Order: sequence, then structure tokens, then C-alpha cells
Amino acid sequence: MLTTSDNSTAKSRTLTSKQLPKATPWVIAVASIIVAIIISFIAFGGFNIPVVAVLAGLINIVAVFALSMSYEGRRKATDRAATTIVTSSFILACVPLISLLWLTVSKGGAAINGDLLSRTMLGMKGVLDQQYVAGEATLSGGFYHAIVGTVLITVAACIISIPIGVLTAIYLVEYSGKNKLGKAITFLVDVMTGIPSIVAGLFAFALFSTIANVIMPGAAGIAKTGFTAAVALSVLMIPIVVRNTEEILRLVPMDLREASYALGVPKWKTIVKIVLPTSVSGILSGVTIAIARVIGETAPIMVTAGFAKTLNWNLFSGWMSTLPTYIYDSQLRPVSPGDAALASSERAWAAALVLVTLVMVLNLLARIIAKVLAPKAGR
Amino acid sequence: MPTSTQTTVSGPAGAPDPDSRPASGPAQTPKAVVRPGDRIFSAATLIAGILILLILAGVALFLLAQSKDTINAQISDPSSITGGHGFFAYVWPLVVGTLISSAIALLVATPFALGIALFTTHMAPRKLAPVLGYVIDLLAAIPSVVYGLWGIALAGNLTAFYLWLSKWFGWIPIFAPDADGSVSNTGRTLLTASLVLSIMILPIITSLTREIFLQTPRLQEEAALALGATRWEMIRMSVLPFGKSGIASATMLGLGRALGETMAVAMILSPGLLTASLVVSGNQTIASEIAQNFPEAAGLRLSELITVGLVLFVITLLVNMAARAIVAKTSVKGS
Amino acid sequence: MSKQIDIKDLDIFYGDFRAVDGVQMQIKPRSVTAFIGPSGCGKSTVLRTLNRMHEVIPGASVSGEILMDGNNIYGPGVDPVNVRREVGMVFQRANPFPTMSIKENVLAGVRLNNKRMSRSEADELTERALRGANLWNEVKDRLNLPGSGLSGGQQQRLCIARAIAVEPEVLLMDEPCSALDPISTLAIEDLINDLKDKYTVVIVTHNMQQAARVSDKTAFFNIAGTGKPGKLIEFNETSSIFSNPEKEETENYISGRFG
Repeated sequence: MLTTSDNSTAKSRTLTSKQLPKATPWVIAVASIIVAIIISFIAFGGFNIPVVAVLAGLINIVAVFALSMSYEGRRKATDRAATTIVTSSFILACVPLISLLWLTVSKGGAAINGDLLSRTMLGMKGVLDQQYVAGEATLSGGFYHAIVGTVLITVAACIISIPIGVLTAIYLVEYSGKNKLGKAITFLVDVMTGIPSIVAGLFAFALFSTIANVIMPGAAGIAKTGFTAAVALSVLMIPIVVRNTEEILRLVPMDLREASYALGVPKWKTIVKIVLPTSVSGILSGVTIAIARVIGETAPIMVTAGFAKTLNWNLFSGWMSTLPTYIYDSQLRPVSPGDAALASSERAWAAALVLVTLVMVLNLLARIIAKVLAPKAGR
Repeated sequence: MPTSTQTTVSGPAGAPDPDSRPASGPAQTPKAVVRPGDRIFSAATLIAGILILLILAGVALFLLAQSKDTINAQISDPSSITGGHGFFAYVWPLVVGTLISSAIALLVATPFALGIALFTTHMAPRKLAPVLGYVIDLLAAIPSVVYGLWGIALAGNLTAFYLWLSKWFGWIPIFAPDADGSVSNTGRTLLTASLVLSIMILPIITSLTREIFLQTPRLQEEAALALGATRWEMIRMSVLPFGKSGIASATMLGLGRALGETMAVAMILSPGLLTASLVVSGNQTIASEIAQNFPEAAGLRLSELITVGLVLFVITLLVNMAARAIVAKTSVKGS
Repeated sequence: MSKQIDIKDLDIFYGDFRAVDGVQMQIKPRSVTAFIGPSGCGKSTVLRTLNRMHEVIPGASVSGEILMDGNNIYGPGVDPVNVRREVGMVFQRANPFPTMSIKENVLAGVRLNNKRMSRSEADELTERALRGANLWNEVKDRLNLPGSGLSGGQQQRLCIARAIAVEPEVLLMDEPCSALDPISTLAIEDLINDLKDKYTVVIVTHNMQQAARVSDKTAFFNIAGTGKPGKLIEFNETSSIFSNPEKEETENYISGRFG
């Protein structure tokens, strides 16, 4: 048998070795799919997408390895097999993610219109949905109140968490040194990062219902407000802001602080005038990421702010809705059960499209901030 | 080069431990003068830090305070608790359901996450790689309620697959069909919920692992290639060992996320009693139990749900501590 | 301007570890003093104690006295921030503030110390400091561009301009040329020669030729071994250190027969 390794030892040190043509992986891939389809017909009596996908993947890996092994040698074969496995796992994993995006865009895009964005669920009746499903009326209802609720609650959460988060990060990086308090805070921020979102909601609810009970015994119900939800979101947001800001502040070279100290600038001024401006783009983009994270939270909102059907501008009194709780509520508790639940589901998908767009825009914004505001290298 | 105030020792003679003596130095040095600006600013940052301590203490305290009724009921009259057999009988099926779904999610997601991370960092075409990384980050940000919506829409498609599973692998308890030989006809089972969970945590684990892989020192990679390693050998020699502790911590973060994930499970799963089989209706997780029952709960039921939340808090706390321990253990060798 | 520095019984600690032991030295005004010695001998540490920059390192502390024209900078009630306004410093790596333009960099020290100045005063100071650092002609057309766009040597001279803009009495330089190419190094060395007309300059360098070229006096530091404190071995006129050292240790180091 004349394998590559035999070859190279015989001639001792050649720079060329046998190589499969460049197109080989593609040819094998197509062949594997065809074989998989044939097997699918023989063994399962029809064309079955998951079966074909999995079979094609397996056949492809084995075929690539075998062919390369017999022609290029074991090391090259392992390399090719690994590449094939990694690539196919990537493709396989993309399928559900693409499907999710596609469904959101197609279903949400089909349902969404300006009316949905500008109306609330005020006066919604099952009859209206039944008429819509029967084709006698247009889709009624909307989620303007949920958009308003999302914005108000998120802004309130930002007002609470950004100062606390940024100042804590400054304490950790600039002041704590390696003292016990600094270590304790770092540890607790870690713990906070791991708090399940629903537990954060339960905490805010427990906190405010205890307070409400003290003020007005038996009236724990009034604890469900937009502000309670904002506190719940802050519990989730603070650790993200601390972590992101801390990371960015640690990236500011020590050189710059020393240069400032050496000019006779006090420490706090060095932080405010040198360290923060140098890292402002990173901090802002971290904050934006944190907002994008909490804006999509459902569980903490539903246990703290309930499900409002109508517009409520007051954070401190009454229930509020946000886009995520609206989606949840519409899907699981449709206005009209039965066939007309389709109408609620369509509203849910439209709201999902708005929510996903919002999150994407925030993430994009974070990127842009990071790029535009970053210190220029000049040159 | 040092990147932080605390770790800098640019002086001579091998860094000594700066902890062994307070920063103010020997007795001879007079106490440093502190400017009012410095005092105000450092106090503000300190207060913010202490607030975090208070918030976390508050989480534990208020949850405990609200659990009081449940604890009392457990002591005086266990049968008054949902299910009629005391708190532990009520909570353990939830704990088991939570652990099973998270474990499945992790088992499914981790290999794929590693694959995607490797693909985007070391195998994808140079121009495509950053775009793919960005897309992954975006997917990690999609709210779970949307994943739930998607799961509901597609769950029905899985029934055929579950029937096939129960037909051929029904002898494995987790794929067993129910008494009349069928599986859930809506597809809204714990296995579906777990699969959606795995898809949810996939971008999270991927994006963390990706960052770790990107940090592999270029020199190490080039050293491996210069020794004549193939690309896969280079990955095994330099990328994977370097990223070991990072992968462990990314996985643990994914697990923490899966444990606490509420909405996707609450929307997809049609809950029921604890059963071994994952392809029939039944089972429930902690977070989903709270989400599904909280809006209507009052009195003792409310307290029960908050107590269940406390249990979830403790479980995630333990997982996170374990994660830290693993990272601490593996990263010593790594760096 | 320009002050005399007297170092008396200076010990430096990192935590409990004695890093530098018993330094005695008198640095004359309007002179250039070079600190040389092997890595880890404490020369940079001693330099940093001259403007209390070592305090940035957690656990670092000193005992002994450092007198600037007779005033102990470690005396009670002395604010390190004020000390640093009198004693400027230039670092190993050029570190212009990345968010600021060239002009803002030069004015940073003055501005951050709350001194208000009119536009014309600011322009005048910028030009004076940049001329003082031999950089004016190279950057006068792009004063509003970021400082990080300059070459390494220009950045280092920008840092010198920034340091002299606050009009210090003493200028400390911690291996200012170690990251520069020979041509930029030459420019900085020329500059050091000019600077000694106005300032007391102390420079740490690994390059013995450089010490010989630029300094009036040279201090040789050495360390007996890892875990032992660094010591001042010999302090003398540069010419005698390099041609006729008193101590054998110094001679071994100078001639490269070290260790």
C-alpha cells in the first residue's frame, strides 16, 4: 500500500504531498445528501427532513475521513473530519435560529400595522376577534399601552441602576484595592448576575408588599406598580452595568492615571477628567447592552406590574403592561378562546416583532456608540 | 503590562504581596492629606458599593419574610399546602423538573456552542467571521418570551418525532409512551421545553466561548502551526487548552440561565405531575410554576410561590458557586 | 526655578518587604543625574519616591526624608498632589491622553488644576511648552489633532511638554528612551541637555552610554540577590564613575563583567 506517509519516508523530506482537489468536500457533501435521501426512501418510506439532515451529516463525516485517510494520511484526515464536524454543527445550529427570526418577521410582519401601534386593549371584546377571524372586520386592539409601559419601566430602571452600577464599578477599580469590601462586592455582583429573573421580580414584590402592608394593612395588592417592576429590573441590570463598566475601566492603561497624578492632578479629578472620558464609549455601549437585556424580561414584570389592558402613564400606581408581558398574556390568555384565539396570537407576533426590532436596534446602537465615541488613534 | 490600579507593581524585585501591610505604610509616614473632592467622590462610590450589599441582603430577607406563612403552615398543618402533603412533597417534583430540563438543555447546547465558536473564530472565511460573531451576539439578546412564542408555534411538529422515539426507544424510560401507547399530541412536553431552552442558551454559551477563543495568544497558535501542525492539531494544542476554564465558566453561566429561565418553559410546557417520560405531557419547573400561578395567587398560595422562588434562588446560587470553584481550579493551570 | 534634592536615610518598602535600603544622596539644582543599575535594583522605585508616585502602588511606603530645598516632602500635612505639581515626571512609555488633542494634552496639567487662563495665555503656554520640548516646529500646524497620532518619539516629547507646562522645579524621567528608535532617542537626549538650564533633571536609564552622554552625576544601584534590598553603591561625577569607579561592583557593571 502506498500511503502518503510511506511515500514521504521513502523519499525522505519532500515538500509536496498528495492532496485532494479543492472541490472534494463539496462533492462529498452533495453525494452524502443524495445517499441520505435514498436511504430515507428505502428505510422510512419517504422524504423526512430531520432524518436526511442527520444521515447526510454522518455520511459526510465518515466519507470525508475515509477518503482523506486513504489518500492524504491520518493527520490530514483528522483535520478534515474535525473541520467537517464543526462546520456541520454550525449549519445545524443555525437552522432553529434562522427559523425563529423568519417566523418573527413573517408572522409579525403580516400582522403589524399602525393601528396596533397606536391602540390599547381598551374595550376589547371576544366578538371583535371572532368577526376578524370570520373575515368580517379588521384586527382590533393594539399594544400602545405596552410600548409606553416598556419605555417608562425601562427608563426608571436605568435611572436607578446606571448611577449605582457605574459608581460601584469605579469603587471596585479605583478605590477598593484588594480590600475585603471590594472582594465582597465583586462576589455579590457575581451572585447577583446569577439571580433568576423571576426571583428578582419576587423580591421587588415582597419588598413593596411589605411596605404597603405597613402603610395600609391588608393592601398588599397596591404593591403591583410600574415602579416595583423597575426595581425588579434594576436588580437584574445593576450587575450587568457593574461588570461591563468594571471591565472597561480596567482597560484604561495605568499609564494614563500615572501621567495625570504626575501632573499634580487629584485622584477624583483624574477619574472624572481622564479615566471616564477615555472609557465613555465602552461604558455607554455596556449600558445599552444592559438595557437591551432587561427590556425583554417578562417574568419579573408579570409578578410586579400585573397585566394592564389600558394605558397607564403613572409608574407609582396601578398595573402596567410591557411588550413581553403583553406577548405572554395575549398568547396564553387570548381575548376570545377557540378559533378566534388566532387574533390574539397575531397581536402577540406583531408585538414580538416590535420587541425584537427594539432589542436589535439597541444592540446596534451599542456597536455604533462604541465605534463613534472611542478615542481616535489619529494617524 | 498592568491594566489595573491594584495589580500594578512596576517597581523592582519580584512583586511582593501588597496585602501584607496596610497602604498607609510604616509608622514614620504621616497620614496623607485627603482633599474634600476626593473624600466626597470616594464616599459616593463606596455608598453605591454598599447599596449592592444591601440589595442582595434585601433579596434574601424579604423572600424569607414572605416565606414565613409557608413555614408556619408546614409546621402546624402540612396538609394545607398545595398537594396536601407538605411543602417538600410539593417542591421536589419542581426541583427535579428544573434540573432535568436544564441538564438536557446544557447537554444539547454545549457541543454545538463549541462548534459554532470554533467555526466563527478559526474556520469561517476571514470576511464572514466577524459578521457571524455579531449575529450570534444579537441572537443572545432575543427575549425569551419570543423563544416561547416560537416554541409554541412549532411544538406540534415534534409529535411525529416523539412517536417515532417512543416506538423504537420506548424501552428507555425517558422516551416511554403513556399507558395507551401515545405521546403528547400537542408536542408541549418537557423535552420540547428543554430543546427550546437549549436553543436559547446556545447563543449565550457561544458568545462567551467565542470571546475566550479569540483571546488565545496568537503567538501560541503560530508556534503550533510553525511546528507543522494541521489546523485541527493547532486548535487542540493551543486553543482548547487555553480556553478550558473559559468554556467551563461559559457552560455554567448557560446552566444558571437555563435553571432560572421562566418564560419559554412557562409558555411551552403544559404542566402536570412528575413523570419519568419526557415525551408525554407532565412535569413542571420551578420558574414556570411561579409564572403560571402567581397572577391568581393570594394568601398562603402567594407565600408558597415565593418560598419556591427562594428554593430556586438557593439552587442557582449553588450552581454559580460551583462554577466559580471550577473556574478557580482550572484557571490556575491555564494562566 | 529648579531645586536641590537631599535624600536622607531613605528606605522603601513593599508591604513588609524592604525593597531599597538606606539611600543618601544630594542632587544639585540645574544638573542632570542618572540612575543606573541592573533590573530590580530599585532605581525606578527611588525615582518614584521623589514625587511620591510610589504611593500609587498599594502597600508601597517609605521611611526617611526627602528634602526639596530643605522642605521634607514626607513631612506632616504635605499633600502629595502639591508635591507632584512641583516635580514633573515622564514615563517609560509615552502616554498622551487619548481623548485630547495635542494642545489639550499640553494644557492638561494646568487645566485640570483649575487654573483659568485666557485664550492668548493658553496659546502662549502651549507654544512655550512645545518649544521647550523641541516639538513646536513639528506639530504647530496640527495642534488640534489627537496626540496619539504622533510618532513614538514625538509622543514622548509631547509628554515632556505636558510635564514642563505646569512649570515644575524638578523633572523625573523613567527610562524615557527605552521604547524609542535611535533617532528619536537622540532628539530626547538633546532636549535633556537643554532642560538642565531650567530644571533639576533625574533620569533612570538602562543604557550606560546614555548615562555617560547626558548626565553630570551618576548613581549606581545594585542588588545582592533576589529577596534582598537594593542599595546605592556609588554616587559620583559621571566622568569618574565611568572612567575611574571607586567600587569594584561599579567597575564590574560598567565594564559588562557583571554577576
